[in-house]
Amino acid sequence: MERSSLPPAGSTENDHRHPGAKHRPPGDVRYGKGLRALSISTVGVMALALGLVFFYAPLEAEQGFLQKIFYVHVPLAIVALCGFVAGGLMAIQHLRTRDPRWDMRSYVAIHMSLIFAVGTLITGSIWAKGSWGHWWVWSEPTLVSFLIVFLLYATYQPLRFAIEDPERQARYASVFAITAGAFVPLNFIAVRLSSEYLHPRVLGSTSNLPAPMALTFLVSLLAMALLYTTLCKYELTAKHTRAQLRALRRQLAGEGADAQARRPRSAAPTALRQAATTMTARAVGRSGA
Amino acid sequence: MAALQLEGLARHYGERAALSDVSLSLDVGKTLVVFGPNGAGKTTLLRILATLLRPHAGNVSVLGKSLPEEGWAVRGRIGLLGHEPLLYRELTARENLRFHARLHGVGEERVQELLQAVAMTGRMNEPLRTLSRGMVQRVAVARATLHDPQLLLLDEPRANLDPAAIELIDPLVGAASERTRVISSHDPTGGLAEADVVLGLRAGRPALLRAACDVDPTEIAELYR
Amino acid sequence: MSAATGSPHGATPADAEAPPRGELTSGRAGAVTAKPPGMRTTVGVLLRKELLVELRTLESVPGMSLFAVTTFVVFHFALNRSSVDGDLAAGVLWVTLLFAAILGVNRLFVADADQGGFDGFLLAPVDRSALFVAKMLALLVYLVAFELVAIPAFALLLLGPPLGQALPGLLAVLALGDLGVAVIGTLVAALAVRTRARDLLGPLLALPLLVPIVIGGGRATSPLLTLNHPGALPGRWILTLALYDLVFGLIAYALFDFLLED
Repeated sequence: MERSSLPPAGSTENDHRHPGAKHRPPGDVRYGKGLRALSISTVGVMALALGLVFFYAPLEAEQGFLQKIFYVHVPLAIVALCGFVAGGLMAIQHLRTRDPRWDMRSYVAIHMSLIFAVGTLITGSIWAKGSWGHWWVWSEPTLVSFLIVFLLYATYQPLRFAIEDPERQARYASVFAITAGAFVPLNFIAVRLSSEYLHPRVLGSTSNLPAPMALTFLVSLLAMALLYTTLCKYELTAKHTRAQLRALRRQLAGEGADAQARRPRSAAPTALRQAATTMTARAVGRSGA
Repeated sequence: MAALQLEGLARHYGERAALSDVSLSLDVGKTLVVFGPNGAGKTTLLRILATLLRPHAGNVSVLGKSLPEEGWAVRGRIGLLGHEPLLYRELTARENLRFHARLHGVGEERVQELLQAVAMTGRMNEPLRTLSRGMVQRVAVARATLHDPQLLLLDEPRANLDPAAIELIDPLVGAASERTRVISSHDPTGGLAEADVVLGLRAGRPALLRAACDVDPTEIAELYR
Repeated sequence: MSAATGSPHGATPADAEAPPRGELTSGRAGAVTAKPPGMRTTVGVLLRKELLVELRTLESVPGMSLFAVTTFVVFHFALNRSSVDGDLAAGVLWVTLLFAAILGVNRLFVADADQGGFDGFLLAPVDRSALFVAKMLALLVYLVAFELVAIPAFALLLLGPPLGQALPGLLAVLALGDLGVAVIGTLVAALAVRTRARDLLGPLLALPLLVPIVIGGGRATSPLLTLNHPGALPGRWILTLALYDLVFGLIAYALFDFLLED
């Protein structure tokens, strides 16, 4: 019996076990769609932002040139935070629909946000050194909160890696992502409250900005958001392509190839083939019954 | 009336198919024996029927309820006896059974009844870690039948039991219990003797599915080749 | 209740007190009337089992108590102080409580995971969230129990100002803090127990999540333990702790089911 890992294009029948995934398209979801347009616009906006930062935004009175790192640091922070929360929301979708693609998206969102969080910490540290002479200051609640959030999300991948069953790995990771996503805002509030009477907040303060600075900031924020989205899309596309490649290889190797069971454990979801296998099993079941 | 109705049941583990395309039907009071080498999916099948695992594809109906949506409705009517006794080593036989009885809403007198039935009243107040494997298995049998389940799922139930004990538990989990049973077994002749329907699994797929009277022990041995 | 002879390999047909065949609930459904227990009963049954096992094994509470007292001694040497007050006292106390709690968290689900307890519970016709509530309450009991040792030890060994006046306020803060630790601890314990590095992942996951509790607890406790001008209990931190407990209590309760099923 001819078996295809990718269900035929016409088959849009949904597995009734996935109630939320009503119009799930056949396995080859086109993640790569629109990638080029997105990349070009990202590069464009980033170039614009850089131009504004260096040539348009005025020098700040107190801190001079160093203050310009604000245009990198704060957007990094905001995008990272939103990314963590988005990862939590995607995890909620994953638990609701049990569609492994949501888990993949959640994983990529958190993964990328973690990188941006590291960027936030580094740029914050540079600014602290420049402004106060220390590589780390406890008086900046944003920086402190980020450190805690970073330490929490740094356990995400070890957690995933420590669970072998891929389905359970995805489920536990989603529980973590939701908990951590709820934690982020609460943590910020708690840390803010605890250091209110120390230094006035300089780093994160975005109100009372003169117009040119506000404009530069907004463009930088947009650039950072686009960069994040593009990178996420790249990673999703790459993972998806690799999954398709593996599916094709399995097809070539023939059925009963338990070779894939010897694949090394991974922390990253390799979600796609579950959808493919599920639909294939049903197709075979229907035609074989 | 069908106690079990499976259509195209499938479950995967990552990229590997643990079970695929299992379809069968089992009437009330009948016994299904599942054969197959290790890793063939016998335990997976039993755990799905016990509502411990969700099916990933296909239709599963146990005692008239469809899984996994209505799993909660059948849980109290299924008894599972597997490799693990599912008992706490630090507690006594009586405490363990009482615990399970309360979780199932079953009364104390039933605990006594079963302790007597498996001949464990003498040592019912000693922690399980002081008892032999065979005794623990007997208490496990009591646990599995405490709530008088309509469906019994037995994963190699005779492991760790001596012949006297096997005879002892027969009215509870054996043919004489008159319950619907699904048994996973490695013993071709013995297993065949008590089966009404035989299912042979190989690498998760049904290689053999027939009424027991039509099956020859050699065919079962074939599965292991 | 007759006493059988109880030989090591038990049942010879002679002392098999099995009633004649066929009489023992021979497979007919409903021969035993079983009414599935409600939420409160289930939590009660589970909690009772937890405490019973803990009493038998004494795995958690004595260890946590001993750890706390030892940690106070370590702090004495590490800080090179004979008495602490104010912020320092609050800090030493909360750090010690936190790390002792982690010990309890690590052990919380181990017995269940290793002895097939999850399966046994999952087969019962009960609401699965009851396990979360029961385990959380059990952990809370362990925390209170070891604090009964740790707080007096702290007052004895390290605390400068007398405890008497501050005690009611301190107990209130501890109650809220313990609740938060119990909620987070149970969730994290369930998350970590069925992974390969369970002893490592538990603390790594729990500590960042517990930072707000340390912040709230420490800030609330500090004025109570000040040497010369003991202050009042700061309302804002009590509120923060209560809010944190509530939010994560709800989240953990909602998510726990997903950790149990397969």
